[in-house]
Amino acid sequence: MSTAVSQTWYMTQRQLMVFARQPAFAIITLIQPVIWLFLFGNLFKKVVELGGFGTTSYLDYLVPGVVVMSALSSNMWAGMGTLEEIQRGTLNRFLTTPVSRAALMNGNVVNNGLVTALQSAIIVLLGLLGGADYPGGIGGIAILIVASVLLGTIFGALSNALGMLVQQRESIIGINTFLLLPLTFLSSAFMAPSQMPSWMRHIADFNPLNWAMVAGRSAMSEHPDWGDVLSRGGALLALAVTAVWLSIRTFRSYQRSV
Amino acid sequence: MGSTRAPAVEARQLIKTYPGDVTALNGMDITVEPGTVFGLLGPNGAGKSTTVKILTTLARPDSGTATVAGHDVLRHPDRVRRTIGVVAQNSGADPTATGRENLQLQGRLYGLRGAALAKRVDELLDRFTLADAAKRPVKGYSGGMRRRLDVALGLVHRPEVLFLDEPTTGLDPEARTAMWDEIGRLAGEEGLTILLTTHYLEEADRLAERIAIVDRGRVVVEGTPDSLKGELRGDAVHLELREAVGDAGRTLLRNTLVGLPGVREVLVDGRRVSARADDGAAAVPVLLAAFERAGVGVASATVARPSLDDVYLRYAGRRYAEADANSTERLAVAGGAR
Repeated sequence: MSTAVSQTWYMTQRQLMVFARQPAFAIITLIQPVIWLFLFGNLFKKVVELGGFGTTSYLDYLVPGVVVMSALSSNMWAGMGTLEEIQRGTLNRFLTTPVSRAALMNGNVVNNGLVTALQSAIIVLLGLLGGADYPGGIGGIAILIVASVLLGTIFGALSNALGMLVQQRESIIGINTFLLLPLTFLSSAFMAPSQMPSWMRHIADFNPLNWAMVAGRSAMSEHPDWGDVLSRGGALLALAVTAVWLSIRTFRSYQRSV
Repeated sequence: MGSTRAPAVEARQLIKTYPGDVTALNGMDITVEPGTVFGLLGPNGAGKSTTVKILTTLARPDSGTATVAGHDVLRHPDRVRRTIGVVAQNSGADPTATGRENLQLQGRLYGLRGAALAKRVDELLDRFTLADAAKRPVKGYSGGMRRRLDVALGLVHRPEVLFLDEPTTGLDPEARTAMWDEIGRLAGEEGLTILLTTHYLEEADRLAERIAIVDRGRVVVEGTPDSLKGELRGDAVHLELREAVGDAGRTLLRNTLVGLPGVREVLVDGRRVSARADDGAAAVPVLLAAFERAGVGVASATVARPSLDDVYLRYAGRRYAEADANSTERLAVAGGAR
């Protein structure tokens, strides 16, 4: 195994251990999606009657939306962890060892990706327990999970970069609270695109959150539109690679501020 | 690799300015011989930590050059990183991981694996009396235990040069003494070079073979603790006046006092007067008489052997505790403690 891969693995393992040792935290992160699924699912049950949802059960429609939204809301706090490591001195300790900068950042990415995948799978299962139907089968579910991991990577990497640049909790909290709801409501999370006002639909076309939902929903439907899945998935991948690259570059400006 | 006598650390004319025109380093020059303990002594904000950050490849200077173990910190930071151990002020051991896990990860980052890694980790746990706590998460460690773990982390890969940035700051007196003993033992080992920063005069005096006194981003004087103290021939006489003297009074007082027999180097600073005298005990009555003639009341007089504080006072032109307090204030105003 090359050094880069093993270093990335050590960095991932370190973070997974933190996650595994705080099971309470892992459970808390699932409370919100459950609320969305079951409260929202019941509250807006009849909304499918408007048409355009591609299903007769609102829960079927809602599950991919909640999976993607949870991926966003958990990853956008990644910068807080980085900030804590900066303040604790951990990041500086690693930066004076031979470990590569890419491995440091990729450790975060892989860890967040695995946690997001697990979280997404649990939400899909919860949906199943609640009576949701996934005609696209395992393959469709896998594509939804990959899309939500990619989306999480984009926002996780940007959040890490932000944490290193501003080094202030308040800025991360501010930006996250500012972004989360508009990004969610300017997407097809809760409402079928055909029922959205046309200006919203146009904005949603440029919303990465919506790309992940479109790709996931299409893959999970009875007749997936592979063109949609590939185009949105490809765009997410390109954006994720760019965001990770940017976050690795951020080490330079961080080191200028040290 | 350079020749064996090449300096372990060499910094030339390092300059570093932080945003907001805060000059951290203003022509820092240091040379550390291999196998020695070198102390950078100075108040908070003097530039010690910035120097360490540059030498350990964390920060880049605006200008100047530096080599560590013969490698250029700017051109070959990767080579420098392999040869140094760094114990920063906050070393940031992972609080949720155990002491052993922290050491294992650190070792792996330097390429240690398998049995060699396990052996090294055990060695360090024993040596720093952490073996009993090895399986406990670090968040339950005492301050002294954490600090010992920090030092162990810096030693995992047997570095050539060890940087200790304020190793005993925040420790209680007992843990501090234990840490001093540990650093003392390290110093004798396998040609390890140690660069230590401290703002405790006592610590530098006790641990370092050579000391550089740092003030406002540069070295103001350098030498062995004894030679620095030796340069201040004779005794230090400190007098406290009943009232502070103004600028005019200060000059007048200085001129009067310097002329006295056996009295040299007089410094008047508000209510405090410091003088050097060949024989402190003999100088006190002479000084007191002179003050009485000048009509200045003296509250107290003490005679002391020269300390590093006197060295600092002489070269930095201010008292150590004051410089420390001032710079802390300055930092607080600037809004950050770096």
